[in-house]
Amino acid sequence: MITDHRFFANFEKYKFLLFQLTKRDINIRYRNSILGIFWSFLEPLLTMIVMTIIFAFIFKRAIPNFPVYYLIGRIAFMFFQTGTTGAMKSIIGNANILKTVYVPKYLYALANVLSAFVTFLLSLIILFAVMVLTNVQFTIYVIFASLPVLILIILTIGVGLILATVTVFFRDMEHLWGVFTMILMYASAIFYPASIIPEKYQIILTINPIYAIISCLRSVLLDGQLYDPATLLFAAASAIISLVVGMAIFYKYQNKFLLYL
Amino acid sequence: MKILEETVIKVENVGIEFSLNKEKVDSLKVYLIKFLKRDLKFTKFWALKNVSFEVKKGSKLGIIGLNGAGKSTLLKLISGVIKPTEGNIEIKGTIVPLLELGAGFDPEYTGRENIFLKGALLGYSKSYLESKFDEIVKFSELENFIDVPLKNYSTGMNARLAFSIATIVDAQIMILDEVLSVGDAKFREKSQERMKSLLNEDVTVLFVSHSIEQVKILCDSAIWLQHGKMIMQGPVNDVCDSYTNWIKKNKDKIAPEDIPKIKK
Repeated sequence: MITDHRFFANFEKYKFLLFQLTKRDINIRYRNSILGIFWSFLEPLLTMIVMTIIFAFIFKRAIPNFPVYYLIGRIAFMFFQTGTTGAMKSIIGNANILKTVYVPKYLYALANVLSAFVTFLLSLIILFAVMVLTNVQFTIYVIFASLPVLILIILTIGVGLILATVTVFFRDMEHLWGVFTMILMYASAIFYPASIIPEKYQIILTINPIYAIISCLRSVLLDGQLYDPATLLFAAASAIISLVVGMAIFYKYQNKFLLYL
Repeated sequence: MKILEETVIKVENVGIEFSLNKEKVDSLKVYLIKFLKRDLKFTKFWALKNVSFEVKKGSKLGIIGLNGAGKSTLLKLISGVIKPTEGNIEIKGTIVPLLELGAGFDPEYTGRENIFLKGALLGYSKSYLESKFDEIVKFSELENFIDVPLKNYSTGMNARLAFSIATIVDAQIMILDEVLSVGDAKFREKSQERMKSLLNEDVTVLFVSHSIEQVKILCDSAIWLQHGKMIMQGPVNDVCDSYTNWIKKNKDKIAPEDIPKIKK
């Protein structure tokens, strides 16, 4: 009997497929672009330059090293945005093949998150290069950055699974999510200091797990000090909740997907 | 004659219920409006109900019935793409679905890349595909085009590649929807030869077709589905004859495009 009672059943068998799908997602992203994968480096670098020209002067006091401050926020946010958006479209986009061959469906969502993660890793190279160029002190705390990154991956997979499920039934989720991520971007203090938000609206940042992850990363990478454990814990809890909810609803509704594709 | 006792497909009391909105509601806005107006109408119907049969290893089962009888749904259930609402399906062995052969190809990928992509979708490992790569390319006769993107292939080339990938494995259970006619006359001959060798006595075959003639040639037993219910099962000639008789009697009630080709 074919069983997909567990998300990771058959994982061994479909490892190669996951690799293939991830590779294809990366290829699709840079399809027909001459520079190809180099856009992973160029894109954050170019936006960083533009944003630095525009905002570095305005926020000179609050953010001494604007390029690195901005890059950390942008790279983390872009991973979340591309990963979740890709996962959201992964089921409806592969309707054709899902109808003919049995493949664990979560693989499509996972492949999209993984391909976004590859881009994330590549843009880390730019981040470290800019850190060296702007004389950031590398401390032992840099290795602690892996924890918020792991939390970010879990959060992206969880939210991605929720979106993938909902989008099968409601196609307009795509547009809603586009608007939502834009709001989220402005609410994550990516290119402005958190301190400019008035006291009574600080709650927006406090309850935003993306901001929590970004601020943890800034602590260890930019400020050379350990993050606030409570902030990290909040991010971790949100990520785990989103993953559990994502897996639960994906598993519950995946057998119905085909009727709506 | 070889006695084959092992049951490879066991379908027990399988039913699948579709619950669909009368009108297709796939936007959140429409859903909310309809929900507030209490205008959400669901139609529930059983696409298959109480279907039970067993398939022994090596036997060739034909599935016949009019359009909408549930034939494709049954194949999807057996290949594991959808799950039954009730009942049980037990499968022993690897299933190779020879349905919609081109599905899963990426038009921007070269033939070479598509072999690995499609192969992975069918659940083959990297080392297996590497070991079979030359054979696939040779059989598809695409040696000179294997590094060309698929979007530049002709329909025939596309079909040849798809057929060659899908049939490379030694399948224990094969699912066929209509007999494959792939590519030009020469390749069709070759592909039918391969089909014959694939459909040897160890391979179990499930075959859906509108052509009663083809079912009679290929299968040894058959089941007849109508409106999701199994009307009859048994030796292929008995079932096919009852089916054609029934069609002759009910010709007026059946839509003309539904009437299968029957040799007069």
